[in-house]
Amino acid sequence: MRVIVPLQAVVQGRGGIVLGSLIPCALFYFLQLYIRRDRPSSSASSLPELAPIPRSLSRSLLSPRGSSGPARLSSRGASVARDDDNPYYVGLKRCAEDPYHQSSNPHGFIELGLAENWLSLDMIRDWLISNVKEPLLLDEEGELSIHGLATYQPYDGLMDLKMAVAEFIGQVMQGSVSFHPSQIVLTAGASPAVEILSFCLADPGNAFLVPSPYYPGWDRDIKWRTGIELIPVPCRSTDNFSISIAALELAYNQAKKRGVKVCAVLVSNPSNPVGNLIDRETLYDLLDFVMEKNIHLISDEVFAGSTYGNDRFVSVAEVLDSENFDRRRVHIIYGLSKDLCVPGFRVGVIYSYNENVLAAASKLARFSSISTPTQCLLISILSNTKFITEYLKVNKERLCDMHALFVDGLKQLGIKCASSSGGFYCWADMSMFIQSYNEKGELKLWDKLLNEAKINVTPGSSCHCIEPGWFRCCFTTLTKQDIPIPTPFSRTIRSRPPL
Amino acid sequence: MAKKGVPLSEMATSDTHGEDSAYFAGWKAYDEDPYDAASNPSGVIQMGLAENQVSFDLLEDYLEQHPQEFGWGCGTSSFRENALFQDYHGLKSFRRAVALFMEQIRGGRTQFDPEQIVLTAGATAANELLSFILADPGDGLLIPTPYYPGFDRDLRWRTGVNIVPVHCNSSNGFRITLRALEDACAGAETMKVRVKALLLTNPSNPLGTAITRPVLEEILDFVARKDIHLISDEIYSGSVFSSDEFVSMAEVVEARGHEERDRVHIVYSLSKDLGLPGYRAGTIYSYNNEVVTTARRMSSFTLVSSQTQKMLASMLSDKEFTENYLRTNRERLKKRYEFVVEGLSNAGIRCLQGNAGLFCWMNLGELLEEPTVEGELSLWNLILHEAKLNISPGSSCHCLEAGWFRVCFANMSQQTLEVALMRMKDFTEKMKAKQMISSM
Repeated sequence: MRVIVPLQAVVQGRGGIVLGSLIPCALFYFLQLYIRRDRPSSSASSLPELAPIPRSLSRSLLSPRGSSGPARLSSRGASVARDDDNPYYVGLKRCAEDPYHQSSNPHGFIELGLAENWLSLDMIRDWLISNVKEPLLLDEEGELSIHGLATYQPYDGLMDLKMAVAEFIGQVMQGSVSFHPSQIVLTAGASPAVEILSFCLADPGNAFLVPSPYYPGWDRDIKWRTGIELIPVPCRSTDNFSISIAALELAYNQAKKRGVKVCAVLVSNPSNPVGNLIDRETLYDLLDFVMEKNIHLISDEVFAGSTYGNDRFVSVAEVLDSENFDRRRVHIIYGLSKDLCVPGFRVGVIYSYNENVLAAASKLARFSSISTPTQCLLISILSNTKFITEYLKVNKERLCDMHALFVDGLKQLGIKCASSSGGFYCWADMSMFIQSYNEKGELKLWDKLLNEAKINVTPGSSCHCIEPGWFRCCFTTLTKQDIPIPTPFSRTIRSRPPL
Repeated sequence: MAKKGVPLSEMATSDTHGEDSAYFAGWKAYDEDPYDAASNPSGVIQMGLAENQVSFDLLEDYLEQHPQEFGWGCGTSSFRENALFQDYHGLKSFRRAVALFMEQIRGGRTQFDPEQIVLTAGATAANELLSFILADPGDGLLIPTPYYPGFDRDLRWRTGVNIVPVHCNSSNGFRITLRALEDACAGAETMKVRVKALLLTNPSNPLGTAITRPVLEEILDFVARKDIHLISDEIYSGSVFSSDEFVSMAEVVEARGHEERDRVHIVYSLSKDLGLPGYRAGTIYSYNNEVVTTARRMSSFTLVSSQTQKMLASMLSDKEFTENYLRTNRERLKKRYEFVVEGLSNAGIRCLQGNAGLFCWMNLGELLEEPTVEGELSLWNLILHEAKLNISPGSSCHCLEAGWFRVCFANMSQQTLEVALMRMKDFTEKMKAKQMISSM
């Protein structure tokens, strides 16, 4: 896949584009010219607009009864019906509507805002071709039978799949801890997993403390229907965005003063969007913290198998195994969308040590069950532990290579990334390219990257990052050819320092 | 559930999941002691589960001729797209296939636009989604009784919405009347509950009857007058014994030139008509674009596996297969129904005249010791533990008249059904004999 640079358009003020070099070079050229350009900003018109609230809806806010307008939505529904102006979603939508394609849509948007891993699907596909020849409908006697697939099955997943998933997670964590199928509730994706868990742990008006920057999807997945508040607890670039217990303590007390009950701390490990790992020491501190406050700890470990670099991933489960912490307050979110690259199949996991949570969650799973034929297919794939071991190993190598290339490419443009060891993205500091050092400045840059350079990245403000200028850039939907090899031109440009 | 240790939410510890009722208790009894002709002939026969197994062979034949589709559902070239596809709009080919299928069920009398279809992992999720979207916590949903016991859980649990029953009774075959609707509304008003929608199940579960056109018209007028929404749960639409006896709300809306359509939403799924509940393939069809947009976004919590969508898209687009399936399935269900009604009649048991569904609504009023809920539950318990039959008591369905029971007949073989009817006959004879003795 080659990448287009709107270089000529920017220089000549036209809408045309030329074939140029590759992504970070694209970024670089664009950023140079963006900073030097002194034309009046035309960004106002291209910033995402709030959809106008339909009249019938606004009328309902004034007079809730008896109008001749069409049937209204609930306030919950209405707030969702309004267009989302969060850049995270705007960018995704724009890219989805007009995606780049080398031959058929070379002028389309390049998606660096979606954390999907395309690097290793070929391995799964190849395995399927060679191994799943017969239909999955043969019963124990080898007779063709649809019974097991078609009929109602436990809403929280087939036991065989729970067993296979437990095994898989164990492999992902490299055997450091074993997971029990009986402590698993399966759901149609990690989104319902985290929502169902949230419904179990907190009431409307309660809150979770969430070290930030954090994954923008949580604002939708957790806050939306549960009525739970997410309180961002800022982490700082000065210590590579590591979790600070002191900051958690402060946030907890502030919430208390406001009369808000905090029910849990929610972390992602590996972190999304930063990509760093939580070290063992911090895990102990977190467990001490939640024990002291008598609250829960939710650890979202969906990227546990997608690590690279020198640090070893340590799951909170591993720490629990070795110490005497109260397990009933610890819950892990997992899924197959990231590590197995199959987001379309919808497989999420709630792993809990709390039997009451498991009891409630397994009932709630009825609203988000995984399709049985998909479960059967996955049992097939996951049960082949030899293949899975090989797959996890190769996938990690590919991630490692892409990560290194991408970070290096950005480095050559003077863009530094936070140190990261996991995930599909890097957390890049582009603050030197924004005109005003605030959220507005950051969004202006985001907007130009999207609408002029046609590159979608996720701005830090969508992730509740308090330091402007940080962007999450995903690299797992690219191929190696997209990462630049320096051309004479770029070398020339590079020799000039960024403003 | 007692709260112990680390605090949990109200939702996790409340009873709103509704699973302590007789409806679910019977299932538990079955799970612990399931009937099997060879290995456990004295086990509990499950007649409390509305599942359709009468036409599996048709599906199996289809599969034999199209093995690719039930394997892993995606050719090698498109595996990647499929594995990555998590767009909440859903696969266009699948939506088109569902729209076509729904049109076929209605004999081509209506048109469904695939763009108005929202996919969910089952009708359970579809109904809950609509509750979230159309009503706020504390608001009310009107539901005619008797109704599917699962609604108490599905519509109320996480949404905080109230169910306002619209009481129907046997004096007119449990038909929904304007009077009953008005009474329910008045009741809600007294309790300061704001009614936001009416939820209809057509054909009805547990009654097994299709709602007639005049009643549907009256209902649409009513919801328009009250300015509320109408959810028409039509998951059994393909299980009406004779296709021209079913009138969809969609037909009524279309006949009116689409007036009032913004308030009408239809729920459908492949769990009943197609006998594929394990696939988790449900849908909301709404004429209201705002509802479609919102439901789509909210469906992120309940997406249908892309593999399943692809698989089913092929199958449902095969018109020859679907026509044959629908016709054959209807015939078989009708035959089963007639067989059951006759068997029960031989045991001296009357049923409501039904024309749809996977169950019949039978009356055991004569066998009750007292015409109360307690009397009914006591009888239900006896049937479960002595006759070893799990059937669903009317009180679980909020029926105000004691003694009615829902009996499912499509989730077992003909042989098992014969055994069940025999047991029922023996049981009623024993009960009647007991009654005669005690009255002497």
